[in-house]
Amino acid sequence: MSDNSQAYGLLAEFTTPADAMHAAEKIRDAGYSRWDVHTPFPVHGMDDAMGLKDSKVGWFSFCGGATGFTAGYLMVWFMNSVNYPIVVGGKPLFSPMFPFPVVYEMTILLSAFGALFGMLFLNRLPKLHHPLLKNRRFKGATHDKFYVIIETSDPRYIESETRELLESTGCKHMEMVED
Amino acid sequence: MTIFAVMCAGIFPGIHVGRIWFAWWLFPLPNANGPIWPQFRSPLLWDVFAVSTYFTVSFLFWYMGLIPDLATIRDRCKGFIRKFAYGLFSLGWTGSNRHWSNYEKAYLLLAGLSTPLVLSVHSIVSFDFAVSQLPGWHTTIFPPYFVAGAIFSGFGMVLTLMIPLRSIFKLEDLLTIRHIELMCKVTLATGTIVGYAYGMEFFIAWYGGNPYEAYAFQNRAFGPYWWAYWIMISCNVITPQFFWFKKLRTNVVVVWVLSIFVNIGMWFERFVIVVTSLHRDYLPANWGYYSPTKVDVLTFVGTFGLFMVLFLLFIRFLPLIAISEVKGVTNQADPHHPLGGAKGGHH
Repeated sequence: MSDNSQAYGLLAEFTTPADAMHAAEKIRDAGYSRWDVHTPFPVHGMDDAMGLKDSKVGWFSFCGGATGFTAGYLMVWFMNSVNYPIVVGGKPLFSPMFPFPVVYEMTILLSAFGALFGMLFLNRLPKLHHPLLKNRRFKGATHDKFYVIIETSDPRYIESETRELLESTGCKHMEMVED
Repeated sequence: MTIFAVMCAGIFPGIHVGRIWFAWWLFPLPNANGPIWPQFRSPLLWDVFAVSTYFTVSFLFWYMGLIPDLATIRDRCKGFIRKFAYGLFSLGWTGSNRHWSNYEKAYLLLAGLSTPLVLSVHSIVSFDFAVSQLPGWHTTIFPPYFVAGAIFSGFGMVLTLMIPLRSIFKLEDLLTIRHIELMCKVTLATGTIVGYAYGMEFFIAWYGGNPYEAYAFQNRAFGPYWWAYWIMISCNVITPQFFWFKKLRTNVVVVWVLSIFVNIGMWFERFVIVVTSLHRDYLPANWGYYSPTKVDVLTFVGTFGLFMVLFLLFIRFLPLIAISEVKGVTNQADPHHPLGGAKGGHH
């Protein structure tokens, strides 16, 4: 706390989701960019209160699905009619119909990978270390407390002003988190 | 539950390929036998894809749902090993709202993707039978019939497992009578669909005018395996009809006992479909009477053991009820509710 370069951010604790949401609205309006709200469950309306845009996970999932669909057909076509042609009952070597179940499953599988791994990628998870996870008080974030953190690296961060802003939101506790 | 059941189910094809060390031939893997690949026209291969995708997506969905709860346990558990293990598997989750925003979207997508998967996996399993030419298997009703049967037996099994856990762990306020009642209604609806499918199979066997098909069904109900057929009918069609009565739906002991009958009935359905069609096919010289060997029975008993081991380990080490999801739907979690800290007036 004494050395500002060692500090990660200013952490404010709230006991209800409504208080944390009002605080988020204030910080959003004050124009901060490197800040976050930590809650034990997703609070509805918090995305708006923080001014977050719609999540981009859907695009990852869509690209995964499109890849699965294309790769599925290419795989079956290559394996059964190019690399190792199998004649079954004198039928054409390839048709879009018979591999459909396989392609369908590949589409779903890769969409699911897109959703999960896209989510992890956007969230930069897994992360083996986070300054907040060293903080004893922060354990409440997965239990029943709500936290707002403004990082010291935020361009608008000035300790006295930021502290004042957080105090005006009526938080129950405030402390500086070490990096 | 799905995951553990699929693991158990995976043992059987493993045994039934006969030469277990060639089980990897099921998958289109590059190999040193020249360029040689599986034959994608076979429904058995479709099934390989359906079941493995089903398992993978269910597993990811399950794990993803656990991440925030693993973080909760990480922050509350004691002891180095636990802290380390839960910390590792919770992937550094901090409950950040920027993360929740992506997480919720991904979770919604996974839920949406799992739903058609439930339909497809059971449809494709039914293709294993329906695409063959054996009387009693070669029917177009199989996909919807298997899907209804799967939902029916799934709900039956969940009731069987949930009702004892609910009283052992005192979860009456989370798993309420209303939940059980609604599950009974789904069981009733799907059980009745299954009953309709049984009736329709017989109707088409007669109406279709195919003598082999007609014989297969007569043989099913009145042949040497008549007992299996009528156990199936009474457990699957008659048992759920008790759920028409609210008094029975709200009595957990009755529901539990009936759910056991549902499980027995669905086991017999598989038995009836597989055995009655196979034991008398087109060639009377091949006709016989199948009775399970000791190995058959013990393999089956073994799957119960494997399932219970996995299930009990799950209960022991992981949250039985999704913690963050239950928190999220309470009034205390709603920022627009007085209990959630909203002060006067509406937003």
